[in-house]
Amino acid sequence: MLTKTSFQGKLTKTDNLFIPFLVAGDPSPELTIQFALRLQEEGADVLELGVPYSDPLADGPTIQRAAQRALKSGMSLRKAIELVPKLRESGLEIPVVIFTYYNPVLQIGHDEFFQLLEQNGVEGLLIPDLPFEESMEIRSQAEEKGIEFISLVAPNSDQRIKQIAEHAKGFLYCVSSLGVTGERKEMSAEALSFIEKVREHSQVPVAVGFGISTNDHVQLVRNYADGVIIGSKIIRLIEAELENIEEGRMDEALEHFTKEIRELVQ
Amino acid sequence: MLQVFPDLKGRYGDFGGKYVPETLMGPLQELEEALDQAMADPAFMKEYHHVLKEYAGRPTSLSYADKLTGHLGGAKIYLKREDLNHTGAHKLNNAIGQALLAKRMGKEKIIAETGAGQHGVASATVAAKFGLQCIVFMGEEDIRRQELNVFRMKLLGAEVVSVSSGNGTLKDATNEAIRYWVANCEDHFYLIGSVVGPHPYPRMVRDFQRIIGDESKRQFLEVEEELPDRIFACVGGGSNAMGIFYPFLEDSSELIGVEAAGKGTDTLEHAATLSKGTPGVIHGSMTYLMQDENGQITEPYSISAGLDYPGIGPEHAHLFQTKQVRYEAITDKEALDALKLLTQTEGIIPAIESAHALAQAFKEAPQMSEEETILINLSGRGDKDMATLMEHFQEEV
Repeated sequence: MLTKTSFQGKLTKTDNLFIPFLVAGDPSPELTIQFALRLQEEGADVLELGVPYSDPLADGPTIQRAAQRALKSGMSLRKAIELVPKLRESGLEIPVVIFTYYNPVLQIGHDEFFQLLEQNGVEGLLIPDLPFEESMEIRSQAEEKGIEFISLVAPNSDQRIKQIAEHAKGFLYCVSSLGVTGERKEMSAEALSFIEKVREHSQVPVAVGFGISTNDHVQLVRNYADGVIIGSKIIRLIEAELENIEEGRMDEALEHFTKEIRELVQ
Repeated sequence: MLQVFPDLKGRYGDFGGKYVPETLMGPLQELEEALDQAMADPAFMKEYHHVLKEYAGRPTSLSYADKLTGHLGGAKIYLKREDLNHTGAHKLNNAIGQALLAKRMGKEKIIAETGAGQHGVASATVAAKFGLQCIVFMGEEDIRRQELNVFRMKLLGAEVVSVSSGNGTLKDATNEAIRYWVANCEDHFYLIGSVVGPHPYPRMVRDFQRIIGDESKRQFLEVEEELPDRIFACVGGGSNAMGIFYPFLEDSSELIGVEAAGKGTDTLEHAATLSKGTPGVIHGSMTYLMQDENGQITEPYSISAGLDYPGIGPEHAHLFQTKQVRYEAITDKEALDALKLLTQTEGIIPAIESAHALAQAFKEAPQMSEEETILINLSGRGDKDMATLMEHFQEEV
């Protein structure tokens, strides 16, 4: 049924997807590579590579902190894109989605930006502050270059859901913390009907993100959606290792991170 | 005939639009529909004008500054006295309009961002008046600089949330207010204080501030029987300027927006967005902003917290590009000198924000003829700035 997912042929699965999010350069470009490889080993299907931004409107305090650390390490949109070939050289095979706010893209310019994405072998693009109505030009440029432009839908997207879902590429990002945060063990009725409605119109896998932080959440979402997107929780796991990293205990940090990820998504 | 802006996509030429997370698209659409209905409803507009008159004390005066005019020589100088508006600045005009709209939409809780605290005070004021709950987001640095306004807001019953991200100023407070709105948009109304943000905010705030220009035009024609030759207003986000300029856009008056040059536009410490910035996206809108080569938004500087903002309303960006408005920049020092001159010639202590508009007008007035006229939007009074003024003038007075 789900036929459109490809990421240039690199994503053949259409269910049970694990899509982790890392901020490029948090706390350093070298460690981003190491964390990405560990996530791949633990079954990640797509990597969302976040570009740090000074004013990340759609992000909570955890990702804001990560962005600050990454900006301090000198990260930028251009450098984040150029990190992708280095990830490949180190053994990363899963498709990479560049997650960036729109302003840095504007400063590079659309044409040069897409050239950079193409030259560096990026398979997907997500711009959280570029809603459907403002994204016509970017979407058509992405299509031309064979780059999946990832769209988001929210529970309050209402009548916009159909239009967004029908145009979705790669996978469709459902912004929903409804019923999956805190102690709840079951999805709320609203969250379920929202995901159902999205799936009805989508020809690409439907992945749910925002607020997924425990293995229970992961299991729950897997019952209803085609994939889970995990961001803040992974950033917090990295934060928990900052002391080890600073004191040079890299192996210990990576081992610990891997173990936590395994428990989270098994 | 002038083209009507914004268009249906919320654009002013190349600027404006809605660059927001998907979660805000629904609430913005709900707001736009409610706003359009309200503005077309004579009963709503009647109530808005009634509150402006009975509660805010409008119309505010148009004062001829005779002693100042004599001192400078040249053009006759008139002041639009928004400092006489209730709560001491033009901010209340917009807060009243949006609070009435929030009530009409059935939203009992309002959120607001504030820099100097004037918009926070205006929001807390209308919340008290109309029985709404109010949360004000304010940068921790601004909380320190504007202690008195923080107390005023709390006394009025508002909750003040300290924002420590970034440099702890207006930009960061706005980010945090937007984030809070994203998570709580079902029952919260976001009361933006300037002509910034995603569509329909820039239009809504302009339309609730155009009362300044509408009154000025009527008052000016009464005393001078013709329109002013030049109109000056300070610009941070740009709401008092849009308010006074908008009704004059098709007229012969020359319009001059005055930005904050801080320690000078040749330094890194200024807030002169149009003079020194470049186009991009900030707070949901395509406009001019101050940023580095990687598109990271940079921190502005101005002695005046109300102008200390790295962006500017999208309609100003459009008016700048089409040269319908001339934009100038005034330094901290020039603004303080102008503030002192107005205070000592006319007995009016203006807000430091408004003093930027004064300073530019004072540069131009002596070069104009005695038959020409100048209108300056005196957007607020200086009471809130006393601590800053004491630091600067202690030894001179």
